[in-house]
Amino acid sequence: MSDDRQVMLRETFSVTGGDFSHAGEVSTTIKSMLKQIGFPAPVIRRVAIATYEAEMNVVVYADRAVVTFEATPSIIRVILEDQGRGIADLDLAMQEGYSTATDEIREMGFGAGMGLPNIRKNSDDLEIDSEVGVGTTVRITVFTQA
Amino acid sequence: MAHDEYYHAHEVNTEMCDGRMKCMRVCPTSAIRVRGGTASIIGELCVDCGECIRACPHRAVVPLSDRLDEVRHAYKCSVAIPSPVLYSQFPSDVTPRQVLEGLKQMGFDHVFDVGAACDWATLATSVFLREHKGPWPIISSYCPAVVRFIQVKYPDLTEHVLPMEVPREITAREAKRRLAGDLDIAETDIEAVYITACPAKVVSIRQPAEKERSWLDRAVAISEVYGPLRSITSKMEDVPVTHLFDEASYGPGWSRLGGMAGLLKTDRWIAVSGMSDVTKILDDIENSKLRDMEFVEANACLGGCIGGSLTVENIYVARSRAIRLEQRFHQNIARHERRVERLHREGFFAMENPVRPRPLSPLDSDIAKAIAKVKRRDAIYESLPKIDCGACGSPDCLTFAEDVVKGEVKLSQCVVRSAH
Ligand SMILES: Nc1ncnc2c1ncn2[C@@H]1O[C@H](COP(=O)(O)OP(=O)(O)O)[C@@H](O)[C@H]1O
Ligand code: SF4
Ligand SMILES: [Mg+2]
Repeated sequence: MSDDRQVMLRETFSVTGGDFSHAGEVSTTIKSMLKQIGFPAPVIRRVAIATYEAEMNVVVYADRAVVTFEATPSIIRVILEDQGRGIADLDLAMQEGYSTATDEIREMGFGAGMGLPNIRKNSDDLEIDSEVGVGTTVRITVFTQA
Repeated sequence: MAHDEYYHAHEVNTEMCDGRMKCMRVCPTSAIRVRGGTASIIGELCVDCGECIRACPHRAVVPLSDRLDEVRHAYKCSVAIPSPVLYSQFPSDVTPRQVLEGLKQMGFDHVFDVGAACDWATLATSVFLREHKGPWPIISSYCPAVVRFIQVKYPDLTEHVLPMEVPREITAREAKRRLAGDLDIAETDIEAVYITACPAKVVSIRQPAEKERSWLDRAVAISEVYGPLRSITSKMEDVPVTHLFDEASYGPGWSRLGGMAGLLKTDRWIAVSGMSDVTKILDDIENSKLRDMEFVEANACLGGCIGGSLTVENIYVARSRAIRLEQRFHQNIARHERRVERLHREGFFAMENPVRPRPLSPLDSDIAKAIAKVKRRDAIYESLPKIDCGACGSPDCLTFAEDVVKGEVKLSQCVVRSAH
């Protein structure tokens, strides 16, 4: 790990709640950096899907977030720290098909309740801390070797 | 260098180029640099979309399609297979039949229309979609520039590309088989010439993405045949024409955006055109945002192939004509259904090889070094004015920073930065 630290790429981005016109840009930027570094395509795809879903949850359900992206040769990590309403029942939120999306949001094509389950499916490690009325932190880890 | 491995159907005429950078700004893959006052194209990055050809005010980006007088040198027999776009280039009193007959009068021994193959391929695509188990959505394989773009920039999406042969290739294959039988000559004695709306198809013929060899042998630009055809057809009575299949209908639908997808048996399709919107949609697919969609028709040219860079008619006029041609000549395709389904099972439409990724070389073959280079690039980028002025000859500040890291230019070439 100490060796890894020296070659760690670290970038931060911000995401604004409700800003649908720029939604997905952070995940696209991260993806293109991973391609330039030359990580295997399936690894990139998993990071892209997990990051995109987490980014969309900020846009749909939170006020704003700072996204930290870290990459070393062996580990890719994306941390989204948001300020917002938080998640009251995390176990429930993690269930496939569970969503509190409004009809309006559903009409925009979101709210299938598959976001968090897909984040879990596409990451090797997932930590979520949330406090109602304060915010949610999502830590996504993907190992770059099988 | 890897660059030379890839054939491209256009080049910069350095005499005519005066370094205006219009091409550099429109290139969707950032493949163009302007150094020493002239533009150059990085072969590895170019996907042959033709944006630069359209953008150049001096016509210094020259398409390299085949010339008409090169046709039929080493062959016993020549076949013209026009893109359906060709029909929409003529006023509506010129029918597709006349256009096909006109090609014969220009010296082609035979002409074959792709309409029937378009209808059949549409039906076969519906069968494919019905049985496909994912990943979704499927992306059409029709536009070679989009296919290249996916191979290069979205390598993990290659498995979304419809693994089916396109109508122009099916038509060329069947035409050769049939003529070889009828005339008792070898297939290799027949030259199949595509009349093309774009240089991307020239490339797909010279260097196919999905097989060893194309069934087509050459591609001549629509703009090259237009003049002679126009004068021939203006003096012509309506004439009958030989078709590839017995019950043929004209397939102008494939020439305009959404024309093909709209005939599929699913409602879950979208049609996208123009490289910048294609990019957005591919990003969405990669983020798996469009997994509820079944089919994406994607065309490099705005409006579909009628917007191809080797056409002559204004795209809006051509589009209106294409719609009217469809209304007049397109037949109900449902009656072919059972036959097409059988042919589909027999592999009639199968692509020879799957489309494989052709990812760009990373910044370094060693991941740790590549990470270090990305860090350096970002540090350089932070020191730049970030105004994307292009004066350095790279399309934007970020690409310039990358070019510096790659050792292709010196940091001092940023004149704006150096001025401070
Ligand atoms: N960052 C967040 N802040 C607040 N609530 C969230 C956040 N992320 C997810 N949730 C809650 O968890 C639920 C499930 O999320 P998800 O699985 O992504 O499905 P969907 O986004 O389709 O509703 C959401 O409906 C929402 O109530
Ligand atoms: S949209 Fe059509 S004309 Fe344009 S590059 Fe693609 S295949 Fe060629
Ligand atoms: Mg969600």
